[in-house]
Amino acid sequence: MTEALTDAMRKAEHEMVVCNACRYCEAYCPVFQAMEQRVTFQPADLTYLANLCHNCGECLYACQYAPPHEFNIDVPRTLSKLRVESYESFAWPSFAAIAFRRPWTTTLVALVVSIVVVQLISMSPVAQPADFYAVIPHHVMVTLFGVLGVFVLAAIAIGHRRFADSANDQELRASPEGLRHRRLAPQQRATRDVLTLKHLHATGEDCVDGEEQRRPWRRWLHHCTFYGFALCFASTTVAAIYHLFFGWIAPYAYISLPVVLGTIGGLGLVVGPSGLLVLDRRRDTALTHASERSLGAAFLTMLLLTSVTGLLLLLLRERPIMPALLVVHLAIVLALFITFPYGKFVHGIYRGAALLKFRREERL
Amino acid sequence: MLNANVQYDIAVLGGGNAALCAALTAAERGARVIVLERAPREFRGGNSRHTRNLRCMHTAPTDVLTDAYCEDEFMADLLRVTGGATDPMLARMMIRASADAPRRMGRFGVRFQPSLRGTLHLGRTNAFFLGGGKALMNRAYAAAERVGVRIVYDAEVVGICIRDGRFESAEIRTPHGAESIRARTVVLAAGGFESNLEWLGEIWGEAAKNFIIRGTPYNTGTVLRLMLDGGAEPVGDPAQCHAVAVDARAPKFDGGIVTRLDSVPLGIVVNRHGDRFYDEGEDYWPKRYAIWGRLVAQQPDQIAYSIVDSKVIGRFMPSVFPPLVADSIRELASTLGVPAGTLGGTIERFNAAVRPGTFDHQTLDDCRTEGLVPNKTHWAQRLDTPPFHAYPLRPGITFTYLGVKVDEHARVLMKGGLADNIFAAGEIMAGNILGRGYIAGVGMTIGTVFGEIAGRQSSDVAARAGAA
Repeated sequence: MTEALTDAMRKAEHEMVVCNACRYCEAYCPVFQAMEQRVTFQPADLTYLANLCHNCGECLYACQYAPPHEFNIDVPRTLSKLRVESYESFAWPSFAAIAFRRPWTTTLVALVVSIVVVQLISMSPVAQPADFYAVIPHHVMVTLFGVLGVFVLAAIAIGHRRFADSANDQELRASPEGLRHRRLAPQQRATRDVLTLKHLHATGEDCVDGEEQRRPWRRWLHHCTFYGFALCFASTTVAAIYHLFFGWIAPYAYISLPVVLGTIGGLGLVVGPSGLLVLDRRRDTALTHASERSLGAAFLTMLLLTSVTGLLLLLLRERPIMPALLVVHLAIVLALFITFPYGKFVHGIYRGAALLKFRREERL
Repeated sequence: MLNANVQYDIAVLGGGNAALCAALTAAERGARVIVLERAPREFRGGNSRHTRNLRCMHTAPTDVLTDAYCEDEFMADLLRVTGGATDPMLARMMIRASADAPRRMGRFGVRFQPSLRGTLHLGRTNAFFLGGGKALMNRAYAAAERVGVRIVYDAEVVGICIRDGRFESAEIRTPHGAESIRARTVVLAAGGFESNLEWLGEIWGEAAKNFIIRGTPYNTGTVLRLMLDGGAEPVGDPAQCHAVAVDARAPKFDGGIVTRLDSVPLGIVVNRHGDRFYDEGEDYWPKRYAIWGRLVAQQPDQIAYSIVDSKVIGRFMPSVFPPLVADSIRELASTLGVPAGTLGGTIERFNAAVRPGTFDHQTLDDCRTEGLVPNKTHWAQRLDTPPFHAYPLRPGITFTYLGVKVDEHARVLMKGGLADNIFAAGEIMAGNILGRGYIAGVGMTIGTVFGEIAGRQSSDVAARAGAA
């Protein structure tokens, strides 16, 4: 963490002091419940609260001090800006922080580099239909993604570590909600929060895209994206097991487990990201800072490109166009992969960590 | 531009909770309703936007209220705070109707917090709006738009035409010019006059200049004055307002809940001469904060300072404004601009008068002073551990009591008898029930209950007039 207070940090501190004296929003979400346990707000506290915020938006419209009131309270937007700043400050290696300030440039550079790399390792097209490994040998693919995978995991783990180290744990009194679920371990409660996106409908209503505009779509489209991604990951894992342990070599039949998982996941990654892109464009801009909006848009675009090219590859794998499609798809996957630690993807890591911290504090 | 030829069934003057309850109830019954809200859209909702809950009787726990709070207990509370300045018939009616208020508000989409976690232990008596009063008003306005209520923002009522005790039209001024709004009935729901500094000055003199208005700057009492001048019977103490002590650095208007200060019972309060003037530990703060506005208003220049030492930091809700900190009483005196000699003497005498006891800020403990004028009867601890923290205090006006007299149908009583087609709801008639004093959330109950009655009655009257 940098010691210097940013403008967003100062604004967030002002807002939390006002919010803590008001507390009307306490029933909305964990941000206000965690806030109430604090009297002062150090940068680490603010970073924690920022990453705990799901940007559901309720507290902006409920706020008697929202602009144009002179107190100028806009918690969702301030925390949105602070979140992106925290991604920057946790980035490893540190110079990579710039990626969060220029998400589209980062994406483009990653794409160009990936296309060059994949071009370099790909062989000249061969006659066999659907023979992916004739285009790029299996061991080359595994080595490339294996080495990068280690790097990406390390970068994410270091970022996570920096976030966890920066946060002061607080002695909390248990909330009624926490007491109801006291049989669950904090990890279990946090996992439930993540898997169900509980805090996008914690009050029994959907989150807002504008004043009094409650719709379930954001949550469901996020589910499509999240579980679509998980299914694609599962598909790859199953395929790797097939390859390594059974010697079953791709391509797999259309009704095989890897293809079914990949297809459903891929469809999720078409519906989810494209829907979220549309939704984010229509959403009240007072709710989110521009830096987080473009970060999200770049990531969603990459996910969409990944799923679209992946599904095309599946459909056209018997066609002569396959080698070219494979190169494009792999290049996009590679670019997505490289940018995991340097884009919107990390919100999941820090949100999960913040929720775990919330549930851990709650238990004390 | 509004169409001046339209004849509305009901014109609702005001745009807070009572106004919207009336408008929604009437529109539900098929009436053609126009709401004239003086504030711009961003600041709509009158003082309701600063509220948080309403007081409800209930005989058994509900999804939003714990335990039970029966009619007689509610009535006893009301009689206690008002000292009997209430119309018992109207009060009982309001209390009975309050039992159903959360459910009835629910039909407009209003939501309540399931259980209370806050610092004020009001979960038994008060139902809390999810997200507070502005969230409540957002719901109500959205519901009003859905059922076709015409809402005009920035509409200041500058004239009310009453002929032979009957309302005929309201003259309004908007950014687009002057208009005359004709309607078969009118519901007055435009609040009190607490943000009218001139009017406050007529009562309080020069002191009023130093008042801070906690709520909307739009409650200037124009409608109230027009009605009183037009022959409506007044009710409620015309010279009183509900005033609490707020941080002197609060904005002049609309500072709302966050400007309150909870440090008073944990330390001492001095005026600008450095003298104490009232028992800071008389009772629990929620029971006493409402008298401190008047106490401060009676001090020179309407300013006072709450002083605590570092022993009690963290035991009261933090203020939005930073404390004025000093390492010695002398330094503190110069920071506050209070004579150092007097302040030093006050604190010395106070410290000497503190009797030994076991400090417990959660109960009425046995820490008190002896032989002082005034004594501090609870939570009295020596001010001896620097750094010292101080907060400047000013009177913060919440609402005024003066209103128009109504009957059980929310019908306004004029000098010549009950008006046919003039109804009132909310703060403008709250003085019928709350002639003096205050209990949390009762204003919203009055607004909700009488808003509904006014909506029902006015739509009936309008329907009869339409049929005739």
